Amino acid sequence: MSEIFRAQVDIDLRVNGEQVAARVIAGQHVIDFLREELGLTGAHASCEHGVCGACTIRVNGQAVRGCLMLAAQLDGAEVWTVEGLSDNNTIRDLQDAFVARNALQCGFCTPGMLVSAEELLAQGGIPERGKIREHMSGNYCRCTGYEAIVDAIETVARQRAGKANS
Amino acid sequence: MTVQFGNPDRPNSYIGKTVPRPNARRLVEGRGKYVDDILLPRMVHVVFVRCPFAHARINGIDISGAKSVKGLVRVFTGAELAEVCTPWVAVLAHLKGLKSPPQHPMAIDRACWVGEPVVAVVATSRAAAEDAAGLIEVDYDPLPVVGDMMTALDKDTPVLHPEMGDNLAFQRLHEEGNVDSAFASAHKVVSARFRTARHTGVTLEPRSILVDWNPAERQLTAWHATQAPHMMQSVLATHLEVPESRVRVICGDVGGSYGIKVHVYPDEMATAAIAKIMGRPVKFIADRLESFSTDIHARDHEIEARIAVDEAGNILAFDIDDWTAIGAYSVYPRTSAIEGNQVVNLCGGPYDFANYRAKTTVVFQNKTPTCQYRAVGHPIAVAITEGLVDMAAAELGMDPVEIRRRNMYADDSYPVTSPAKMRFEGLSHHQSMDKLMQLMDYDALRVDQAEARSRGVHRGIGIASFIELTNPSPFMYGIGGARISAQDGCTVRMDPDGSIVALSGVTEQGQGTEAMLSQIVAEGVGVPPSNVRVITGDTQVTPYGGGTWASRGAGIGGEAALLSARALRDSILEIAAAMLQADQVSLDIRDGAVVDNDTGAARMPLEELGRIVYFRGDTLPEGLPRELVQTRHYITSEYPFAFTNGVQASYLEVDTETGVVTLLKHWCVEDCGRIINPQLVDEQIRGGIVQGLGGALFEEIHYDEDGQLLNGSMADYLVPMAAEMPDMVIGHVETPTKESTLGAKGAGEAGTAGAPAAVMNAINDALRPLGAQVTEMPFTPERILRALGAIED
Ligand code: FES
Ligand code: FES
Repeated sequence: MSEIFRAQVDIDLRVNGEQVAARVIAGQHVIDFLREELGLTGAHASCEHGVCGACTIRVNGQAVRGCLMLAAQLDGAEVWTVEGLSDNNTIRDLQDAFVARNALQCGFCTPGMLVSAEELLAQGGIPERGKIREHMSGNYCRCTGYEAIVDAIETVARQRAGKANS
Repeated sequence: MTVQFGNPDRPNSYIGKTVPRPNARRLVEGRGKYVDDILLPRMVHVVFVRCPFAHARINGIDISGAKSVKGLVRVFTGAELAEVCTPWVAVLAHLKGLKSPPQHPMAIDRACWVGEPVVAVVATSRAAAEDAAGLIEVDYDPLPVVGDMMTALDKDTPVLHPEMGDNLAFQRLHEEGNVDSAFASAHKVVSARFRTARHTGVTLEPRSILVDWNPAERQLTAWHATQAPHMMQSVLATHLEVPESRVRVICGDVGGSYGIKVHVYPDEMATAAIAKIMGRPVKFIADRLESFSTDIHARDHEIEARIAVDEAGNILAFDIDDWTAIGAYSVYPRTSAIEGNQVVNLCGGPYDFANYRAKTTVVFQNKTPTCQYRAVGHPIAVAITEGLVDMAAAELGMDPVEIRRRNMYADDSYPVTSPAKMRFEGLSHHQSMDKLMQLMDYDALRVDQAEARSRGVHRGIGIASFIELTNPSPFMYGIGGARISAQDGCTVRMDPDGSIVALSGVTEQGQGTEAMLSQIVAEGVGVPPSNVRVITGDTQVTPYGGGTWASRGAGIGGEAALLSARALRDSILEIAAAMLQADQVSLDIRDGAVVDNDTGAARMPLEELGRIVYFRGDTLPEGLPRELVQTRHYITSEYPFAFTNGVQASYLEVDTETGVVTLLKHWCVEDCGRIINPQLVDEQIRGGIVQGLGGALFEEIHYDEDGQLLNGSMADYLVPMAAEMPDMVIGHVETPTKESTLGAKGAGEAGTAGAPAAVMNAINDALRPLGAQVTEMPFTPERILRALGAIED
């Protein structure tokens, strides 16, 4: 790491609805900042180069890879991790569906899967299975074979569409 | 002791039902605890400088450049660690002739593969340790490289470990009947050359270990992502020279294993040795390049094989010549000869035939060591067997289902011993095939295929029958001298409020161990599963056991749980009988209360019994046993392994212009004996199938001629992602093993065992009218186009 990346940067942001002020090393990635500095270990580091999706979190309303973004870029950002999305019940139905359908085994991919799935579901409607598979294709899961994940997301899409119509 | 499994209305009927996993809620909320989530006071991080050459002499190590890095704490060489950690030799006495040299936690004067650890760098953060590692200079002299497996034994190939004499690690020849005369007189002989590519497991959570040494207590504690905590306890105790009672291995949440995390890794041993030297917690988390270059690899086989059949399609003989290269060392303590050995044991598995010859040749080379990975040897043996059976059917003009039906062991022929000397207690090949035909509507699919063909669309149907080895006895490792327990134990106790705690020696890697155990204990004692707290993965508190490998968790750990739960039930009822002045046999426990066996009328909640036993023991008769904790162990003894069986089918489309294969659908019918939780079994099968599909279509580790790893990242090593994977239909036949009360056999590897063969046969079914055939995995577009003659060079 060159000296420039060693420099420290002050950032002010909101994480899971709480105000956070921090001084971070310029080269630190968001995933390491959340896990190591804030103790938010729900999102995971795995490939560390943007391929597996285990580190997926929500930044300013979008699903983002925490291993590709620097913490220094978070100044003024609104960040949500699986912990916050659990506490405020945003993804409760999705989590229930994952548990009921056993759409997780080791659970290492799950926090990232949930954030990606929520991004798709937030677009509304009932996506086709192929569309769900396509959307989730940036999230690697070695355990489940994906079918249960697709089922769980499809179920929640139907439930939400049903509620929206009634 | 009996459980009326056949009666769905029996009390406490939790075994056989889908109940939710107790640990799933925690994981979906991101509240799991994987090793990397743990931070300890004074914790430091270790990273490794790894050899960039496939084979090199280490002349010197210069750490001066690293000294300026802020946060650097200490640097260790292989020689320093060798002073506190004794070397290991990965051989097993029952694998006759297997040899491997002593291996240390880090290379000392010679490194033998790209990625072998050479220097350990310890710092206050991983980033600082990585910075410092980048500034350490190692002076290497590259040495000649042994790369290709097929020439590893040639005279002019250098010998990788000169003290071993040659590059042969292990060889086994098994012969039964008269193979040569069977081939000489056969109606048809078909031969083929198969290749399965070098894979690795790509667990989403990389290998992770955090070790602390408390010098005052002389106690070592390792938080370890492992499948076998007690095995690791024994290994750490042996090589760091600490009593086993002073080594505690804790295995919390594990982010996927599939066999990758059941082996002893040099860098993990180095981490433990460093913790012992430094007397403080040391964490090692592999990065992705380290995962690709140092997690065990597997399945690197080349096979020349033949089948002989008569006019009616009866199989007369198989002749298999298997080669595999295992890298630079046999992996401790399970050894790297097992995979080849399994190929010899498993080829021809479903079929009743007389003449069998199989040979495996296992050689050393300068690559990452290979070892047991999900479905060890099965995907290879099934691909060879099922590939040959399909080719024979095509030669005879027979339907692939028909040739299998003609040759599979009859469902009423058991017990039977195969030509490979495997003993089958009870399998259901025919019932499984019938069920598959029904699920996939085989005839309709053939019509669809023909219709597509008429439009110039090339679809194929592939069938693969298989057997799978589960519930291993000590015949797998123990008899060879490995300190790996085939037995497993469970302790079940009742707390004062009537809730139940079960401590088990098998571990949770995501497959649902906790749910499975909670159901069995709930049924065994007579409480709802939600009242059972399951604890696994801590050698200081759970009974001794083997852990999770070779599909043994449900069959062996589950049986121990059932036995201990029933023992606790008996203890509770003995006390209840004294308290209620009733006959013990007239009482039962249902839904957390003591009831009258005949009427079901409530007599006393367990909570009340707990209150009396724990706090008012003075009111109970003197001398009444009051053991509300029971431990039982279980080991299989009649059969070395409990074999399961199944059959898979793949329906796919091959684009003959691009060579791209599109999976349309996949089916699997399997028989794992008693099913404890149908949903968990189905999802094990699905996950396993996709792991097999990865091997069939995408996964291959590439090395160049110099032994350089070419694709050590997830961008370059392709794994199955959601978009390419099909929906899968799973069906079951249940033939419980008679060896245990529970009757469960393993289910975790069946999907992986059969999927690659089903895909290969489906592709070849699609290509056959075009005169093309593929037998080299993965079946990439390039290989398919080459088979079609569309690419030549
Ligand atoms: S860790 Fe960020 S995408 Fe893999
Ligand atoms: S559940 Fe293990 S990687 Fe997805």
